[in-house]
This record gives sequence, C-alpha cells and structure tokens, in this order.
Amino acid sequence: MMFYENIRLALFSLKANKMRALLTMLGIIIGISSVIAIMTVGNSVTSTVTDSMNSMGVNNITVGLQQKEQEEETTQEGMSFGGGRSSSVTREEDYFTREMLENYCETYADSIAGISVSESLGQGRIQDGGLYANVSAMGTSLGYFLANDLELLAGRYFSQTEMDEGYRVAMVSDVVVNNMFDGDMDKAIGSIVQVNVGDKYYDFAVIGVYQYEQSAMMISLVSEKDTMTNLYIPLRTAMEINHSESYSQFTVITRDGVDSDAFADTTENFLSAYYRNNRNFEPSAFSMASMVEIMSDMMSTITTAIAVIAGIALLVGGIGVMNIMLVSITERTREIGTRKALGAPNSAIRLQFIIESIVICLIGDFIGIVLGVILGISAANFLGAAATPSPESILLSLGFSMGIGIFFGYYPANKAAQMDPIEALRYE
Amino acid sequence: MSKRAMIELKDIYKRFYIGTPNELQVLNGINLTIYEGEFVAIVGASGSGKSTLMNIIGALDRPTEGQYHLEGLDMTAAKDKDLSGIRNRKIGFVFQTYNLIARTNALKNVEMPMLYAGITGKKRVERAKELLTMVGMADRMKHLPEELSGGQKQRVAIARAMGNDPAIILADEPTGALDSATGRMVMDLFHKLHKEQGKTIVLITHSPELAEETERVVTIKDGSIIGERQGGDI
Ligand SMILES: Nc1ncnc2c1ncn2[C@@H]1O[C@H](COP(=O)(O)OP(=O)(O)OP(=O)(O)O)[C@@H](O)[C@H]1O
Ligand SMILES: [Mg+2]
Repeated sequence: MMFYENIRLALFSLKANKMRALLTMLGIIIGISSVIAIMTVGNSVTSTVTDSMNSMGVNNITVGLQQKEQEEETTQEGMSFGGGRSSSVTREEDYFTREMLENYCETYADSIAGISVSESLGQGRIQDGGLYANVSAMGTSLGYFLANDLELLAGRYFSQTEMDEGYRVAMVSDVVVNNMFDGDMDKAIGSIVQVNVGDKYYDFAVIGVYQYEQSAMMISLVSEKDTMTNLYIPLRTAMEINHSESYSQFTVITRDGVDSDAFADTTENFLSAYYRNNRNFEPSAFSMASMVEIMSDMMSTITTAIAVIAGIALLVGGIGVMNIMLVSITERTREIGTRKALGAPNSAIRLQFIIESIVICLIGDFIGIVLGVILGISAANFLGAAATPSPESILLSLGFSMGIGIFFGYYPANKAAQMDPIEALRYE
Repeated sequence: MSKRAMIELKDIYKRFYIGTPNELQVLNGINLTIYEGEFVAIVGASGSGKSTLMNIIGALDRPTEGQYHLEGLDMTAAKDKDLSGIRNRKIGFVFQTYNLIARTNALKNVEMPMLYAGITGKKRVERAKELLTMVGMADRMKHLPEELSGGQKQRVAIARAMGNDPAIILADEPTGALDSATGRMVMDLFHKLHKEQGKTIVLITHSPELAEETERVVTIKDGSIIGERQGGDI
C-alpha cells in the first residue's frame, strides 16, 4: 500500500516537472538504449556469423602460409627494405606442392575425408550478345564442394577424368542460368559459355548448376543481374591456364569424430617438415571451430567495449538522477517536515524518495529499451542480419536501472530522512 | 481537578547554539501540566518561545534540559522512531501556514497520517471522507491545495490532524493567516472537537478574544511562564 502510494507520488512529482524529468533521464536513456541496441546487434551478428561458419563446416581446417618470425634480426624501422634476406612476397617455390599434399593425405587417410583446393582465374564476365553474367572463375578440387556444402540443382559434379585431364568444363550458379538462359537449367547444361577474364576468352561446357547462396554478412547493393557468382572449373584446368604447379592454400575436410582443433596442429607439424629450410614462410592451419571461436571472441570484445561506454553513460545518468533528487528534496523540505510532523518515520521518507528515484530510472529505462530495440533492429537490418532483441538484455537493463535508482537515490533519500523536522518545517 | 495529567513539563530549558560561544536560551525552566480534555491557550509576545514550547510538546523537538511526560511516558528517553509513532497516533498538528502537501488532493492529504499508521484501503478512504464531511469540505475532496482558499485549507488541515483520532491537538496560530470570519469558523471547529470528542487542545494565538474562549490562558514572556488564569467561558 505504501509502495503503490509512493509510486503514485513519484509519478505526480515527475508530471509536475516533465522537462526536468526528461533531461534527467537522458543519461539513463542513452546508456540503456545503447546497451540494448548493441546487445541486439551483437546477438544477431554473432549468431549469423556462427551460423554461416557452421554451414561452411565446422570440420574444416584451412591451411595456408604465414611469414616466419625473424629471430635475431630485429630490424630497425625502415632498415629492412632492400635487405633481400627476408621477403613477405610468396613465390611459386614457397607454395604447397602436389607431392606434399599426396604424402599428407596418405599419412592421415584415417582422419581426412577430403581435400579442397582452389585456384582463382580471376573475375570476369560471361557474355552472349546482350546477355551477361558476372563470374569469378575458380579452379576447384572435388573436395571443395564438400567443404562448402554447395547444393547441386541440375547436372553433375566433375568426373575424375575431367579433373585429372583438365577438361574445359564448368559449373555455374543459378544466377548465371537466370541471366544467360532465362532460368532454363536443361538448356544451360551442355551449353558452351564464353568467359572473358582480363583480355582473354575461355570457352567452358556447362555440366552442372549449383544453388547460389548470398552471404548473410554481405550487404547486397547490386541487383541479381549484376551479382558476382563463382564459376567452378576443374583445378587442373585452372592450373594449366595459370601455368601453376602448386597451391597457396587448401582446405582439409576431416572425417566425423576427428578433433579438428587437434588435427590442425598435427597438420601444421606435418607440413612444417617441408619448410624447415624455407627462410620466409611456414605453414599454418586453422580449424573452422577455432575461427568461430575467434570470431565470437572478437564480437564479445566489441560488445564489452561498447558496454563500458554505455556504463559511463549510465554512471553520468545516475549522477544526474542523484542531482535532481537533491534538488527535489530541497524544494520539498517543508513537505518532508510536514510528513514527519504527521508521524512519518525516517524509513518511510527514505523509501518515498528511493522509489521516486527508481521510478525516474525505470521510465528512462523503458524509453531506452524502446529506442534501443528500434536502433538495434535497424542496425541489424543494415548489416543484413536477422534482428533478435534479447529478452535477457531487457531484463538486465531493468535490473540495472533499478540498481542505479537505488544506488544514486539512496544518498538524497537518506538526507531527506535525516532532516530535522523543525528545521524542515521552518524552511522557506 | 481530578482529571488525569496529559502533558507534564518540569523545568524545561531549551537553548540554541548559534555558534560558540553564543548561546540562546529560549525556554527558561518551564513547568506546565495540561490535563486530559483541557482547552489551553498559550499567549505571549513574538519571540517569547511559544512555538519552541509547542514543538517540544509535539515531540518534534527535545528539550535541552528537563522532564517531559506525555500520558505518563518519559519523552526525553524515547527514541526518534518512537517519537514519530507518538506524533502519528497521539498528536494532531495544525499549522499557521496549513502545510498541506502540494499536488495532493484534500482526500489524500487527510489520508496521510493514516497511511503512516498502516491503515489500508477502504477503511482509510472512508475515514478521510468522514473527517472532511465533519469540517464541511465533503464537496472539495478531490481539490488540490492550490485550488482552496485559506480557510478551506485550514479545515482540511484540521481534518488531517484528526486522522488517527489523536488525544491532543496542537495548533500554532491556526487563525493567524485568516480573516476574522474565517478564523471564527476554524475556532468553532476546535470548540466542537473539544466539546464533542473531548480532545485536549493547546492553542497558540495572538488574539486575546480567541484566548478568552479557552478554559485556561498561559502567558509566556522571555521563555518563562509569567501568568496563568482561567479563560472567560462562552
Ligand atoms: N532553530 C533555531 N535556532 C536558533 N534560534 C531559534 C531557533 N528556533 C527558534 N529560535 C529563537 O527562539 C526564539 C523563540 O522562537 P519561537 O518561534 O518559539 O517564538 P514564538 O513565541 O513562537 O514567536 P511568534 O509569536 O513570532 O511565532 C526566537 O528568538 C527565535 O529566534
Ligand atoms: Mg511561533
């Protein structure tokens, strides 16, 4: 009863000073809305990123090259140029050779489900009269399809012969089929497409159509007509066109039940043997699982950073609430004196003002939640992620603002409670 | 008089320390006993210490020295918390400046002491309405203090003072800010409470006529009681 009465009183005194109340709440509103917005965005981005990474396969290990750490030669700034001893540019002889991969696959046949290698030919365009489709031509191994979970819509994957002999065959996306063949897949299969990369033209026979999946992280600013999709050709074909004999990176698809994190280390150790004499580079292997982890770590770092900023806003907001409560108490000194004369114990006066302070914070919190959700959803939409306002963050903010109300309201409320009734009544 | 003593003040001193070594002795050994059901007026020049004495009687303040018993209870030994309970249940204050709570309507104002007494819901509202009816303010229950005239405010304040049916009413110049006709109305209310409900009433006033209406007139000068006499009956 006292509780309800106090809330009513608090609302009345806020209503009497709407502008002042709003200004007081500003810090709380800013703090809470940024927390809510960040948590909404953070939540949706994290889940989208993890989803898309998971769909790429958590069993995958990406193997690439990284620069060796230079031990003794810590060069002074600007001195390393022209030294010629170390180079950050990878050359053909630094790459993984076919032999290395074969040895690796044989040694760990039990753990490896497949290897995916790709060789980029470059970005270009399929053209036929007025029709065109933007493509990025990629030489791939069969494992690539496994690693990237591509869905076959029509036709087939490359045959072993096509792979081994480097046939001029290609798999295109449904986007290409839509742009070039009016969406008719049957017409597309078996057709010859001419791909223009740089100043060269290549002819490929289409043998399969896969489903293009727009990356959730990408903001699509171009129409479907101009969307760039991958055009897959056999790895051998691409290597022959590029005159390349080695691979700068590849993806290992591990068998189910293999600890991909541990196997990434094993892979790194195995391949390191080949690079003992390489001055500049050494192999590095990352499991997708650890990438996902790094990604979520990064997200949580960003979230923490913004939470700190929001915390400062809330602190400032809290001090604002305390300030306005002190003003309010001074203004209402006679009221406090009267209440005491009517028999209000100190605890009742204290409760009254703490509740008033909590009410200010909760109203600020409510406005902040609404603003934050709107902000968060817009930001998430802009990033192309599905917005999921987290109920925990709303509950958390409720707890937080109540805490601020109590913490910053306590001192003014206590000051009011401790007032001498006579002095309060004599106050002018 | 065979009546029970309500208020017993013995050698009460009150000093204010307005920065050492200055010391202001406002009450100078007051001895006063007020009996149950008595209507007493306290008169005296401005600054003589009437309000200071009233605050001590009303448990809003403590004497620097001396003994104060209210209904036999030693008030000088009581804790602050007990004093707020005593103010709530045993004493009803009426101030010269009304002191109604702003932005709170007449009904809510009258409910206030009952709220602090823990009286809940319907019972509280019913009682508050009864009291407002008694002071003739039933039709103004939902009005805010700023919408009431001085006399109306004071009647609401008297209704509020009666909230927990206290034995004692302490009124410090309740008609001081009112014209004589309105003052008359307020004074009639006190007489009614005194006669019909047997309330013990202590009234501070600067008006000799009003003082004469009470049963006993106590005169204070420079913090001492310099005279006591019976009021002229009406
Ligand atoms: N808190 C205080 N601090 C210092 N001096 C005080 C305090 N309260 C009262 N006094 C002094 O005590 C003296 C008596 O004050 P009090 O209010 O009791 O007078 P009063 O008889 O009620 O006068 P009035 O008729 O004008 O209301 C005055 O001189 C006043 O200045
Ligand atoms: Mg006075």
